Amino acid sequence: MNQLTGAQALIKSLIAEGTDLVFGYPGGAIMPVYDALYDSQDELPHILVRHEQGATHAAEGYARVTRRPGVVIVTSGPGATNIITGLSDALMDSTPMVVITGQVASGMLGSEAFQETDVVAITLPITKWSTQITRAQDIPAMVARAFHIASTGRPGPVVLDIAKDAQVGMMTWMGYEPCTFIRSYNPTPTIDEAKIQAAADIINEAKRPLILAGHGVSIAGAENELRTLAEKIGAPVGATLLGLSCIPSDHPLYVGMIGMHGNIAPNYLTNEADVIIGVGLRFDDRVTSNLNSYAPDARIVHIDIEASEWGKNVDSECFIHGDAHDALKKLLPLIKIESHPLWFDKFVACHAIEQEQVIETEVNPGHGQLKMGEVVSRVSAATGDNAIVVTDVGQNQMFAARYSRFNLPLSIVTSGGLGTMGFGLPAAIGAKIGRPDRQVVLYVGDGGLQMTIQELGTIMQYGIDIKIVLLNNNFLGNVRQWQAMFFNNRFSQTPMLNPDFVAIAAAYGIAAENVTERSQLPAAIERMLSHPGTYLLNVDIDATDMIFPMIAPGRAVNEILINSSTYFSLPQ
Amino acid sequence: MNANDNQEKLFTVSAFAENAVGVLNQVSAIYTRRSINIESITASVTSIPGVSKFTITCRSTRPVMEKVVRQIEKRIDVLRAFLYADEDIVYQEVALYKVPTEKLLEEKNLEWIIRKHSARILEITPVYTVIEKTGHSDETMALFEALKRYDLRQFARSGRVTVTRDPNEYVTAFIEQREKDRTKG
Repeated sequence: MNQLTGAQALIKSLIAEGTDLVFGYPGGAIMPVYDALYDSQDELPHILVRHEQGATHAAEGYARVTRRPGVVIVTSGPGATNIITGLSDALMDSTPMVVITGQVASGMLGSEAFQETDVVAITLPITKWSTQITRAQDIPAMVARAFHIASTGRPGPVVLDIAKDAQVGMMTWMGYEPCTFIRSYNPTPTIDEAKIQAAADIINEAKRPLILAGHGVSIAGAENELRTLAEKIGAPVGATLLGLSCIPSDHPLYVGMIGMHGNIAPNYLTNEADVIIGVGLRFDDRVTSNLNSYAPDARIVHIDIEASEWGKNVDSECFIHGDAHDALKKLLPLIKIESHPLWFDKFVACHAIEQEQVIETEVNPGHGQLKMGEVVSRVSAATGDNAIVVTDVGQNQMFAARYSRFNLPLSIVTSGGLGTMGFGLPAAIGAKIGRPDRQVVLYVGDGGLQMTIQELGTIMQYGIDIKIVLLNNNFLGNVRQWQAMFFNNRFSQTPMLNPDFVAIAAAYGIAAENVTERSQLPAAIERMLSHPGTYLLNVDIDATDMIFPMIAPGRAVNEILINSSTYFSLPQ
Repeated sequence: MNANDNQEKLFTVSAFAENAVGVLNQVSAIYTRRSINIESITASVTSIPGVSKFTITCRSTRPVMEKVVRQIEKRIDVLRAFLYADEDIVYQEVALYKVPTEKLLEEKNLEWIIRKHSARILEITPVYTVIEKTGHSDETMALFEALKRYDLRQFARSGRVTVTRDPNEYVTAFIEQREKDRTKG
């Protein structure tokens, strides 16, 4: 037994929990922790970001590609308020994160002390759990609890707000005890066998089954089970934005992304399916569009680890409360081998129309200014479809999601639920740190890049190697598209006067080049991918380029625009 | 879904939680987020050591409240939460009324009022008198109306305290099961 300060106990606890790296930014109320960190730099390296929001998104990127919690350390007051966006983002997108915030000394709480803010109250609705520590001896147990909560069940962000006196106070170190049980929290519910049987019965009777795979498949590591289920029943598989890469893009049963800008086949045929098997998804409004006309003929089997997802958005006939991996594993032996060739032909027919009327003109326009889809498609091919794709938010995100192809799991890092512009650059940094063995490609727009562009400094300081594809249309493109479609071309506050991004990159010692012509693109992509280190490709994009297909808000999931004025229809 | 399900009415939610700082905040935030106005709220200890009970009433529809209850239960420190219509529970509220004593003394029928409402007098001073009544809100409000003309100075009504009509004790059973889970590891 030895005596430690609370700050030393915190660092020791983080290391004991298996933390290999933290993202953060120091400040007054967290200085004792940074002082303790100084002695443990080899065991617990620290990435100094340029803004606390960047630390949270980097931690998210790290967590998404490793399935381990990202750890963040920031100070009180403004340090803590700067992490709000990242916490909210991580909660919506089920991302495990443990965030340590400094706090003023416990005797000063509530007195409007310098850099005091009520962090627990602010973070409560946007975290899975948030608590304050005022005594040094409580730190190891609270860290253990935080990691348990963040990483189990539906993962999410957790905040430990540590008062300064708890950081400097002495405690007796009794060894580190991981937390495996909390009475009021059961992240591993016993799967109801009767529900499994009921689900199997529904699935075995299906004539037109459709599998919808969400983020939960990736989180649970249920990729193989999902694929086996699809192959057994011969069902097409659509993926949500965050479910991308849970099944390889070239799998014969994979029919594309669902949602507002997803592929036509899985969206359109949702309303013809007689059974929908939703695995690890929330059926959020970007997926279902108008709920009143969603999947009218389908009996829905819904598997989710989160009990409150039961009936939250869609009424399922059978809700299985459990981990996607465990639930599918129990389900598989009860499933009969089937095939539905005529049903699958409809997906092929839908896709042929999408290929001809949407994809071809986007990917191979041949003339005019460069389009986002063709850039993404070329970059994806040049990476062998093996990169981790990180996106910002907006058109760049939707084009990246639609036109990237994925061979490997855990290959998409994007802000789905919250839709956070500025997410991309720091998230790409975190993803590369989490998986240094993989190529990381970031697609970002000129708007989103400038929300967190200061993280180029982090890239410079730590020699991080990411490939930044800036899809630059000098516009807030997605808002522009809505203004064009729904607001009578009134481009209110969407044109942007941009800086010389190549010069900015140069100032940070980052290699960069402009691409203005189609003919320059292939060689520029080659230079980017073969460059040892971060490379920024500033690509001039046609500002009038719009992302289609699109299901306009309020429309049914099968009312799909293939351009500004034409709805998709499937010839009978 | 029952046709009456979309009718707005008074619901009572009982949430059982670990006795920790901020749990009430966590629970009430679920209502705030859905813009549901809380009509009354009571926090109390329970017969189970370390477990607090929150009893919250509000007007809403059953489908919405079922989601609210599941989202309350989702909070880490909450053990279980239940949704009740009035017929599912035995409930009680207490109200206090402060009336100027001289006004009351003018009233010939004071005894009759107290008897009729099954109220009782807690304290009498030369200046004021405090009357207490327990009952459902329509009953405490009836006495409120009766006392209005005596220049009622203060009125306060508690939130609900409730016990269930169901013979099963779900929270106790839940905790017993979880304690078994704990020893299983």
